Amino acid sequence: MSAVTDQLVESALEPADAVLDLTVAPGDGWIGELEAGQHLRIVDLYGNQAVDTLFYDAHDYANRYSALDTVRGQGAIYLTTGSRLLTGRGDSLATIVADTCGRHDTLGGACSQESNVVRYGEHTRHMHACRQTFLTQALAWGRGLDKRDLAANINFFMNVPVTAEGGLTFEDGLSAPGKYLELRADRDMLVLISNCPQLNNPCNGYDPTPVKLLAWAPDAVQRPHQ
Amino acid sequence: MAGAARFSHRLPGGATWSHILRRGEVLELVDVGGGANAALLLIAARDPSERLNLPDTLKAQHVARITAGVALYSDMGRVMASVIEDSCGWHDPLAGHARNAELEALYGPSSFETDGNGRRTGAREELILELAKHGLGEHNLMATINLFSKVTVDEDGRLRFHPDHSPASARVALRADMEVLVLLNAGPHPLDGSPDWRPRPIELAVRVGEPAANDDFTRVACAENERGFAATDRACA
Repeated sequence: MSAVTDQLVESALEPADAVLDLTVAPGDGWIGELEAGQHLRIVDLYGNQAVDTLFYDAHDYANRYSALDTVRGQGAIYLTTGSRLLTGRGDSLATIVADTCGRHDTLGGACSQESNVVRYGEHTRHMHACRQTFLTQALAWGRGLDKRDLAANINFFMNVPVTAEGGLTFEDGLSAPGKYLELRADRDMLVLISNCPQLNNPCNGYDPTPVKLLAWAPDAVQRPHQ
Repeated sequence: MAGAARFSHRLPGGATWSHILRRGEVLELVDVGGGANAALLLIAARDPSERLNLPDTLKAQHVARITAGVALYSDMGRVMASVIEDSCGWHDPLAGHARNAELEALYGPSSFETDGNGRRTGAREELILELAKHGLGEHNLMATINLFSKVTVDEDGRLRFHPDHSPASARVALRADMEVLVLLNAGPHPLDGSPDWRPRPIELAVRVGEPAANDDFTRVACAENERGFAATDRACA
């Protein structure tokens, strides 16, 4: 079982039918629930924009997305159409059902002020970072969600290849303006997004840009627009 | 380098252990008979919300394997521990730890009633139980490192587990760079898939040691580590 594919898959769903349609500014975030069966599309409007994303069982936040369980479950480190996003307990939170980019990162995690200092130097300490957004959104959401719940995230549209010798690099993204991925919620889930503000590496092409979120009701998914 | 052993302990295959290392102390692990695996989790003793962060560890050092000279970073930009000696060259940070359900799918159900103390338990469930002994819970279980195991990635991103990577008497030593709660489970690697349940024992020793010197080889391995150790010294010295 492997999600590795060169096949880009488009979705039949129409933006006009979406029940959620919003733009997340660079450096901003979004948190919200999707019910089982809903589809969520993330559109990289301007290209090469990392979208750091965490997923939780909407009814039990300890049952959260686990990068390594997801990687082990599909036997491969990159995400694309067919990838199931698993929790540490092995439950499927969501499945990627369409992807016009082709590769998304499971290993790079989120930037933070603290890791920026390590990676780039003291002068970056007070630059905006994804974990600032994650915490801001989590604390605003309440319901007990806090730092403990921030495990390794997915970086949609980010390209972090691993070499056969065990090296890891941040490469220019494979994404481009208008590329998107779409996932289906396999259970009621909470989604936490940071639209990455990183300026110190190529993950956002050194120019963070807005992304669009679209979601459809489960019945729209069952009767796609022809 | 590591000094006299404060104590030693043989961890049976499949078993779980935890201990708080003082800053500078060294935990030595020896794969007694070869082919062992140990899931490793690190949590800061003074603040359990600070914990091993594998993405930060990998991207700071541009590695997808753990070996001598690699610093293990917390989410707070500090070094929790360093690999100061390693005779097997590759420890896996990519495949995580097995659940009970995965073992059951491979080997069938197991219980104390049927299998006694040789019963099969998932590393995940074992680590959650061990965390509970420290007042911690499932929320605190983060991505773990598989000591003594090697997993490579091909150009399409596919994982490959290398059986019998670790020879008998393979040895790895971790220096605590802050006071740190270490949790270990000696269950098999989750991709092992061996038809027989054969978890291997690991000989542990906690040794007297010193915090990283100014010329420590992990500290000076890259500019990132120089900054990470400086942050650790400020917070923990």
